[in-house]
Amino acid sequence: MLINWFRFSSPVSFYPVAGSWSYAFGAIAALLAGAGLVVALYIAPADATQGDAYRIIFIHVPAAWMAMLIYLVMAGWSALALGFNTRLSAMMAQALAPTGALMAAIALWTGAFWGRPTWGTYWAWDARMTSTLILLFLYLGIIALRAAIEDPRRADRACALLALVGAVNVPIIYFSVQWWNTLHQGSSISLTGAPKMAMTMLAGILIMTIAAWCYTIAVVLARVQAIIVERERGAGWLESLIDLRAAR
Amino acid sequence: MSEFLAMGGYAWYVWMAYGGAALAIAVEIASVRARRKRAFDELRMSVEPTLRSPSMLGARGDR
Repeated sequence: MLINWFRFSSPVSFYPVAGSWSYAFGAIAALLAGAGLVVALYIAPADATQGDAYRIIFIHVPAAWMAMLIYLVMAGWSALALGFNTRLSAMMAQALAPTGALMAAIALWTGAFWGRPTWGTYWAWDARMTSTLILLFLYLGIIALRAAIEDPRRADRACALLALVGAVNVPIIYFSVQWWNTLHQGSSISLTGAPKMAMTMLAGILIMTIAAWCYTIAVVLARVQAIIVERERGAGWLESLIDLRAAR
Repeated sequence: MSEFLAMGGYAWYVWMAYGGAALAIAVEIASVRARRKRAFDELRMSVEPTLRSPSMLGARGDR
């Protein structure tokens, strides 16, 4: 199937597509999250050493992966925005930042409540925890920087630069458990080699991860719609949307 | 059921983690929906000057 992707590079043609995709991915996310929660909280057996405390992994790991992935995607859109000066790329980067911050916050929050029963502390200045906290601050910094600059096109460029510079933090988070020998454990799942956990646990994590992907796509597309309407006001094509929405 | 809720003695940690995540996601969904609605309302007001009056704003919910 041949799709003319350039058609979607302008807000005008992307807007209706974003709406329908948002609802579709939202529905898939809800279904997967429901199934994933049943596996996570009910089907998966208790861990031999951690008991039921380990069940936090089913939100902690997908959220932490998502927080890093969203940053890379945001940096990618930022690079496109800087390189080609395209409005929609900058809008995508703008729409991704709050959800990235949310995922980083969830990873830190769930990690604290997992660390207390297993390590004996809610927080430590461990390499991975600290670098993930910096990731959260980067997201919040990008959001604050945009809010501080009046002209949206200047804000686009400033935020894109900050996003690109901050991208250096993502490999630091990823490799932190190898580079420094502090509290956080190494990864139990890798692309090479067998995972070090039971099949139902692995299945639960993968279902929740796909749910997190779909959720992110759904909520970011909904936010980019709001951003398009906020920023393209005054452009004639938006007026026809009012009739569209009233007819719904 | 109470055994399920007890989470083998880790109820506080498991439910605080899951509850916090669920709350954060619920807040994000609500705020995105509100932002989209607000953007549309402002757009509508900018092109339909008759809708500027407060009484008409109150009636927008039935659209």
